[in-house]
This record gives sequence, C-alpha cells and structure tokens, in this order.
Amino acid sequence: MNNVIVYCEIEDGHVAEVSQELMTKGRGLANELGVKLEAVAIGHELEGVENQIFPYGVDTVYVADDARLAPYTTLPHTTIIVKLFREQKPQIALMGASSIGRDLGPRVSSALHSGLTADCTSLVIGNHEDKKQGKTYENLLYQIRPAFGGNIIATIINPDCRPQMATVREGVMKKEILDPKYKGKVVKLEVAKYVSDADFAVEIIERHIEKSKVNMKAAPIVIAGGYGMGSKENFQLLFELAEVLGGEVGASRAAVDAGYVDHERQIGQTGVTVRPKLYIACGISGQIQHRAGMEESAQIIAINTDPEAPINAIADYVITGDIAEVLPKMIKYYKKNTK
Amino acid sequence: MKAFKVIVLAKQVPDTRNVGKDAMKADGTINRAALSAIFNPEDLNALEQALRIKENFPGTTVTILTMGPGRAAEIIREGMFRGADDGILLTDRAFAGSDTLATSYAISQALKKVKDYDIIIAGRQAIDGDTAQVGPQVAEKLALPQVTYVEEVQKIEKGKIFVKRRLERGVELVSCPLPMVMTVNGSAPNCRARNAKLIMKYKHAKTVTELQNSNEDYLHLYNDRPYLNIPEWTVSDIEVDHAELGLSGSPTKVKAVENVVLQAKEAKVLSPSDDDMDTLMRELIESHTIG
Repeated sequence: MNNVIVYCEIEDGHVAEVSQELMTKGRGLANELGVKLEAVAIGHELEGVENQIFPYGVDTVYVADDARLAPYTTLPHTTIIVKLFREQKPQIALMGASSIGRDLGPRVSSALHSGLTADCTSLVIGNHEDKKQGKTYENLLYQIRPAFGGNIIATIINPDCRPQMATVREGVMKKEILDPKYKGKVVKLEVAKYVSDADFAVEIIERHIEKSKVNMKAAPIVIAGGYGMGSKENFQLLFELAEVLGGEVGASRAAVDAGYVDHERQIGQTGVTVRPKLYIACGISGQIQHRAGMEESAQIIAINTDPEAPINAIADYVITGDIAEVLPKMIKYYKKNTK
Repeated sequence: MKAFKVIVLAKQVPDTRNVGKDAMKADGTINRAALSAIFNPEDLNALEQALRIKENFPGTTVTILTMGPGRAAEIIREGMFRGADDGILLTDRAFAGSDTLATSYAISQALKKVKDYDIIIAGRQAIDGDTAQVGPQVAEKLALPQVTYVEEVQKIEKGKIFVKRRLERGVELVSCPLPMVMTVNGSAPNCRARNAKLIMKYKHAKTVTELQNSNEDYLHLYNDRPYLNIPEWTVSDIEVDHAELGLSGSPTKVKAVENVVLQAKEAKVLSPSDDDMDTLMRELIESHTIG
C-alpha cells in the first residue's frame, strides 16, 4: 500500500533500459517517502526475470506470466495493471514514455481516474498548499516537463487522485544498480483471475522489431542538425563529420519533421536524451525541448548563421557562420592536427 | 459493400511554433485568444485515413468532432473542404481548464450521443500538449479496443479492421474488431488538399453562434441547405456529471509555470575563418574531447 511502483517493459526476456532507469528513480523517490519500491512484469516465460529487477532496489515484483501476454497488447496489460493498482493502491506509478507506456498509461489512468503526466523530464517530491481550500498536501510528486511548444516549464501535481502517474523517456533518468545482491520478493499473479477473453480482441498478425541501429546514447560525440540545415542533402555533411570524428548523427524535432532524417535520430524531450563528451549543434535554434535532450553534454559547439540563436546561451563554443563552410573546415583541420 | 460511420476527433491548436509573451494566463492555463490557431497536424493525418475509408466503402460518412471555443468551428469547415461530410462543435465554458482526462470524458459523452459509430480516428497527439492521452482515454471510457500509432489501414473485412502500426523500433500488423478507436501517427500519409468544389459548397457553413454574430444576408440558405448548419453542442446537449468537467474533473493541476530563461555562459565566439577552425580543432584534440 502507498508504495512506488514501476511498470517493467520486457522485450525478448530483457527488462527495457527505460524501466531500469525508472526503477533507479523510483528507489530514490521511495527512500524519500519512506515506502517500498515495487515493480510489475507482464509477459511470457518470465522465469528468473526478478534477477534483472531486484538489483535496482525493488522490494516486491508482481509477475504475470502467460503465453497470451507477450508481445504486449493494450487490453490485457491494462486490465492486469488496473486490478493490481486497485488492490495495492500505489501512490506513484512510473512507466516509460515509449510506444508501450504511452499506449498503456492513458488507458490505466482513465480507468482509475488518476492523473497522468506524459514525458516528464524531472520528478521531485514536494508539498503543495491549496490556498483556496486552505489545505496543505505533503509529499506530492512534482511532475516537471516542458510544455506548450517548449516555451514554458510546467510543474504538474495530482493532489487528490492516486496513483500519481508519470511517463518518462528513455535516457532522461540515469540507471544505477543499487546492490547486485538486493533481495525482494516475487508475487506471482494468477493471470486467469485478472484477464478475460474480451481482453484479447486485438490480435498481432505480424511483427518486425529491429534492434535500434543508431546508438546515440553511447556515442562520445554527437553531431546534430536542425531545421537550419535546409535539406536532406546537407545532412550528409553531418554524416561525413561523424565518420571522421567517430560520432553519431542526431537531429532536432524540426529536422525530423521536415524529413531530413529518420525519427530514431531525434534528440530532445520527445526523442532521445544524450550526454556525450562533445555535442555539435548545427543549424539548431535550441528550443527547450531540444535542450532537455542534450544540455548535460560535457562540451557544446553551436554553429548557426543567427548570432542570437538561443542555443548559443548554453554553448561553450559559438561559431557564427554557414554550415557548408564550417563543417568541411572542421574535417580539414581535424585531419591536419591529428597527423 | 458495407458503409461505415467514421468520427474524426480533431483539435484546433495554438501554433506553438509562434508564441508571444501573452500566451499564458496567470492561472497557468493557455491564453488561446492570443495565438494563431491551426488544425492539429496529426489530426489531419487522421482525417486522411478516414477519407480513404470513405473512398473504399461508398456510403461511409466522415464526421469531425472537436471540442473547443467557438472559433474551433474553423477546423470543421477546413475538414469539410477536404472531404468530411459534417462536424460537431462541442463548446461550453464548463470545459475550460480541462486536463486530458476531463477532455476525454466530455468527448466520450458526446460520442455516446452520436451513437452507432464504427471507427473513431484521432491524431496521435496534439502539438500544444504532446500528451497522446486523449485517444486511449476516450477508448477506455467507451469500453472500446484501441490501436495507437496507426500508419495505414490495410483492409476492413468481416467486422475487423487491419492496420499497420509504427512503433519506436519496428512495425506491427494488427487486427481489431469494430467498433474501435485508433490514433494515427505523423508518419502516415499527409491529408489531401482542399477541394475547390467543396469550398464552394461549404464556405458558408456556420454554427448557430457564428450565424447570430454574422451579418449573413442569406439566412434562407440555412433552411434550404441544412448541411450549412454546423451542430453546436453544449453541456446541456450531452449527459454529463458536472463534477467530471473542466478544472474540477481534472486530476492533474498545474502547480507552477516558469518561463524559459536562458542563463548565458561564457562562450568562445569563433568565426568560420581558417585560423579559428584550426585553433578550435587543436583545442578539442588537446583536451581529449576528440581524437
């Protein structure tokens, strides 16, 4: 009762990165609140899955194991979560802001009439005074996210409804093993008691899931292009520089929306979060949603024709000029100085 | 061949790419009046899927349902110019301040009044909030199955719809029995352009409120051509529990809103000159940032 719970996404028997990050965050929140951290794993052939979960400091893992529960479909996972939350009454529930979490989260929140905040970039415990009602709420979850096109940062709370639900993108929180030997308890859920045949209305006929080819999170250098790149062809310059420096190419949402590169390269609140040693922002104005995904980079170079671009405010180096002139010179002088 | 009743859930959104200083009210909600308003981009992808179903199944009707202030009737007309048959504007002060849950409650109660729908299609998410929550929440409230991230409707047969979903790392082909709710991804085909004949036909379409506020010289038109009347529903037209609406029906509250202020740090400002570029690359190599 009143604990913090994390929904674990599972693909091919592995707990997803984002779920590991959320368990790490969840452990911190649970410590601050003086409650337990719990997790729920729903899928098939989950024997031993707890060994991937306990090291993050999880005290209880609820496991629902049934052939019909993998791969993920909306209704049976929703039904199980809703019933489990009704029984266990967690105060906070965290899910990945992934294809799964953002399909599941709203459905669960609607069934429970609990508030849900999508794509949070920060989760903090704090109090709230409702002056109108003369009421003070202690230890609420502040769900913090950029909103409204990134022009504001909003702090959202759910004063009265439980659980307080939030989704967070992969890479936003840091994952950290608490103790490899941490031991919690496994509670196996009797699946037949939770789901009904009607929950299997949607059938998966075919499925092609590819391991992501792009691994920006692990890249020491990220070279990202924005709308200011102007064309798909100009993005080629970024790939050339990335090849020479040993980095990965990323993009702002505007560049992805314009069709310059694939969505999987999007950096920012609604994309991937990266923390490379060096981030080179090319033709990126630097809206808050983009910065949310890269501002913790150790060094930032901003290249823009506009000397007033907002990204310049967080850059270590500001180059005012044309990408088509700057990037080839970077390649040239890199080669010259490493000879 | 069977015809379907398709409802497109659409939202008029502030163009968040062009936001001014007076965009936020003191209570943290958005001051929509101060912003230019557009048809939410992914709702246009949703409309296109609806229009394709209409083409493939003659007799199918496409209705746009939108909740918003009076001027949101603009997107109903926009939808009719592109091929929708009609629309419903759900508008009432009681909806002000709704979060996604209160919004989906109001929309689902309106859909209960519409009845007999086969397919409800919404865009994946709206650009003002980026939450992607209203579609699934409407599905839950109507106890309908949902399919999110739809990129293409492949076929509808024997009471089932077959669609392709675009996920983060792949695609899924799924079947779902009707009636159902789907949300359409931005990677789905763009919406067709306005049709000149439809513009001529629907350009005078108005809600009752718009008609009252206009100096329309041809009032008789609205009797002769019933399709020019855009239905406008308020809370009194749908069955609702008032406690579930607006701010009181919203579990989430905005506690604080900060405007984004950048704290400038000391940056080295360089030009694209050969000297500067040479110096930069040497510094980065010496600090082991690269190389």
